[in-house]
Amino acid sequence: MSVDKSTVARIAQLARIRVPEEELDGLAGELDKILGWIEQLDEVDTDGVAPMTSNAEGMTLRWRRDEVTDGDRRDDILANAPEAQDGHFVVPRVVE
Amino acid sequence: MAALIEGRTGEWELVIGLEVHAQAITEAKLFSGASAGFGAEANTHVSLIDAAMPGMLPVINERAVEQAVRTGLGLKAEINRVSVFDRKNYFYPDLPQGYQISQFSQPVVGKGEIVLDMEGGESRAVGITRIHLEQDAGKSVHDRDPGHTLVDLNRAGVPLMEIVSEPDLRSPEEAAAYLAKLRSILRYLGTCDGNMEQGSMRCDANVSVRRPGEPLGTRCEIKNVNSIRFLRQAIAYEAQRQVELIESGERVVQETRLYDAERGVTRSMRSKEEAHDYRYFPDPDLLPLTLTEDYIEGIRATLPELPDEKKARFVAEYGLTEYDAGVLAAEREIAEFFEAVARGRDAKAASNWVTGELFGALNRRGVEIADSPVSAASLGALIDLIADGTLSNRIAKDVFEAMLETGRDAASIVEEKGLKQVSDTGAIEAAVDAAIAGGAKQVAQYRGGNEKILGWFVGQVMKATQGKANPQMVNEILKKKLGG
Repeated sequence: MSVDKSTVARIAQLARIRVPEEELDGLAGELDKILGWIEQLDEVDTDGVAPMTSNAEGMTLRWRRDEVTDGDRRDDILANAPEAQDGHFVVPRVVE
Repeated sequence: MAALIEGRTGEWELVIGLEVHAQAITEAKLFSGASAGFGAEANTHVSLIDAAMPGMLPVINERAVEQAVRTGLGLKAEINRVSVFDRKNYFYPDLPQGYQISQFSQPVVGKGEIVLDMEGGESRAVGITRIHLEQDAGKSVHDRDPGHTLVDLNRAGVPLMEIVSEPDLRSPEEAAAYLAKLRSILRYLGTCDGNMEQGSMRCDANVSVRRPGEPLGTRCEIKNVNSIRFLRQAIAYEAQRQVELIESGERVVQETRLYDAERGVTRSMRSKEEAHDYRYFPDPDLLPLTLTEDYIEGIRATLPELPDEKKARFVAEYGLTEYDAGVLAAEREIAEFFEAVARGRDAKAASNWVTGELFGALNRRGVEIADSPVSAASLGALIDLIADGTLSNRIAKDVFEAMLETGRDAASIVEEKGLKQVSDTGAIEAAVDAAIAGGAKQVAQYRGGNEKILGWFVGQVMKATQGKANPQMVNEILKKKLGG
């Protein structure tokens, strides 16, 4: 697989990371090398092996009781908000 | 039955699949201990997990899992012993994590089925593709401040069950029937309150058209329809729009559309946005959800009787028509009310009173059966008074009106207003005699063969007894006396 400039630009856009045009080529090369390194895994025969979705071998998902144990801490929640109004976060207008 | 759309160039078939987001009934959120309750002050039902503060870890709510499994069992669906939570990545201000925790390739519930009862007694099986658990997003408020959007995270992280149907629906009416039936089943199961106004049940519709027998056409997704009536209207409009587009030589563009209920149209929602690329991957904060056989069977053992079974039992046990049984079984509260009235009584009479007088009264007042001013026990007592001859059906309706007004029981109203039916032969005979004495002309007509004139005499007797005479006895005595 080879990563080109436009793919890097698209990935950056999806991740909402601003990448200057002049850095795209360099990043494409780096990402290409990383992917090439990971592609060595393709050499392993995985026929009949279920996809692994977790690496926590032998552990099981913890469940929580259905009880209200949190909330009512609006000041904490809004503490880092650049702007708040009537208990809401304020963000630039998002029009659909 | 597929209702075909008549276009200028021939017939078109409508293909619909629905995605319903149903909020699972729980106290707390899917992955945090904040309340899942509706209507609180902004950002007061938010934990540091819901606000996606760094380092916070999600822990699943056992009740949300149970509700999803219960819903799956109620829809006769496969329950997956292992399912996986994935991150669905996108940016929006009401999604602080930058991803929604959902289930993609391995949902908790697999294929199931809903049977629709269509008009004319026809039934249609509609496939359920899957049900998965996921987090709701927060709420964006656009109309408070002209330059900004305000964000309330109370809903962020509330547990949703996304119930996806196969593209098996063929008309707006079938889609409406599906949504109504699904809502009824969820409410029976107690897994979702089905409140579409408050948004605890929301529906997206995938709509496309094709020539009958041909492959599927390009679909549009209509988002967030919030009532069954709007769903029907939105689909009908969208189908017509697509047919007109294709017939005028244009193409349907796959996109998300919004239903504008005020103008009755659908309009394009995010044409400028780039195509979605959610880049799903398993959430590393959560291990797979594994369910044991015992766990699933334990939930199965507590399933209530569901609408289809209840309807069949009402037909078999009470001798109701399919239609009446369907109406009474559609809502759990109505079914329970009916059975409380019918127990030990004439079930047909109970059914008539509940679906006739009671439903009429509730509709006029705009109240639900839970808030009925007349309880099942009082309605039963009223029917007893008809059965034992104390009240005629006509007077019983007046008594029922008084019960609605005052909330009092039938017997005390009958007592106070002196409405007891007159079944005393002497009193009725006296009234009949008076009517005959005052109607020489009518007597001659009756004896001349005009039997319809009997109604005039009945009217006279009823007037004289303020409607309280036992109608059957009045008829008998009149015929005897006039015939003699």
